[in-house]
Amino acid sequence: MTAHDHHHDHDHSDLSETELRVRALESILTEKGYVDPAALDLLIETYETKVGPRNGARVVARAWGDPAFRARLIRDATPAIAELGYAGRQGEHIVALENTPRLHNMVVCTLCSCYPWPVLGLPPVWYKSAPYRSKAVKDPRGVLRDFGFDLPEGTDIRVWDSTAEIRYLVLPMRPAGTEGWSEERLAELVTRDSMIGTGLPKHPHEVA
Amino acid sequence: MDGAHDMGGVAWSEPVQPEPNEPVFHAEWERRAFALTLAMSMPGGWNIDMSRFAREDRPPEDYLSKSYYQIWLAGLERLMLERQMISTDEIAAGESLHPAKPVAKRLTPDGVAAMLHRGGPTEREAKRPALFAAGDRIRAKMIHPATHTRLPRYVRGHAGIVERVLGCHVFPDSNASGDGENPQWLYTVTFEGRELWGEMSDPDLQVSVDAWEPYLERA
Repeated sequence: MTAHDHHHDHDHSDLSETELRVRALESILTEKGYVDPAALDLLIETYETKVGPRNGARVVARAWGDPAFRARLIRDATPAIAELGYAGRQGEHIVALENTPRLHNMVVCTLCSCYPWPVLGLPPVWYKSAPYRSKAVKDPRGVLRDFGFDLPEGTDIRVWDSTAEIRYLVLPMRPAGTEGWSEERLAELVTRDSMIGTGLPKHPHEVA
Repeated sequence: MDGAHDMGGVAWSEPVQPEPNEPVFHAEWERRAFALTLAMSMPGGWNIDMSRFAREDRPPEDYLSKSYYQIWLAGLERLMLERQMISTDEIAAGESLHPAKPVAKRLTPDGVAAMLHRGGPTEREAKRPALFAAGDRIRAKMIHPATHTRLPRYVRGHAGIVERVLGCHVFPDSNASGDGENPQWLYTVTFEGRELWGEMSDPDLQVSVDAWEPYLERA
């Protein structure tokens, strides 16, 4: 394919109506002086490369290894998380939810897609989808089975519907067999889903 | 409003479908629609509650037929149309046909980090004491406003317990309508699964929502 053909294909034949509409809208808004395309590029770059679940994993790993930090996180998560440099949009008021052997926490936004951006980045498609938003508050064990695991019988399950500007971060239980691990190594165990409550941390042998 | 966005408890036939190694965006247009939406709130001057209402205030068949970022796009277009920042003939033509509306500010690259870091905190100084305290038994009011609200249908009319007092926060029902922030006390309210879903519910389930004081009454 020549460079010209490539350009032609992407400008016309395989562009959906939505793609064309967004492209046209951006050019209208740029021409009117409402937006600066360089600022758009930077917003996208920020959420594709800088802000994501690795941030939350660092928070969890620190809480696992530092009891004083864990206490601050549980008492008032927003300033504790800001100690690691994570703050701001869609994380203005964060509450950390501690999983225990008797209690499993799960977070949802049934009304839209509220999610703690500074620590987890932008939400995955399933989090914003109708099946998750419908089922999480009524049949959370069924949701966990969709994710491939069964919560032991007798474990209480607590679902937090993010209906206001409070954002929730699940603090999963530290896996056994990680005594003496560094914070960096512990962070490798922390999955995004374990911080939403739809998954568990990895097993130590998965990262060893 | 009682829209299709209020999904809690709906019997959806499909399972939740996680996507392994999911990318942040699935198409270039999603990147641009996301960034346009964030950037336009500065010249547009609307607040997050207005944005949410612009997305959810549409017929169920429309809401359910659109992908997530298509809903964002539709919401953004509506907010701009309402403020005469663009017009329908420009959207149809795909180009600018009329002079721009003067705007006070726009987002520049050197303002991005500050805007994201600042965010939009919603807690405000309380002007009166909270009506409820942790441990109080309350009931979510049976209300069906036609305008924006953040009280999900599945808890309306049900009794629960105040678990946390979260401070005084901007009230979305007022803020979405342009009636000001009207801050109200906000509570985490916890319901037993059986209270919400009946005897067939998982006996180990509790569900909480964050509810502003006007949504609640003493039970």
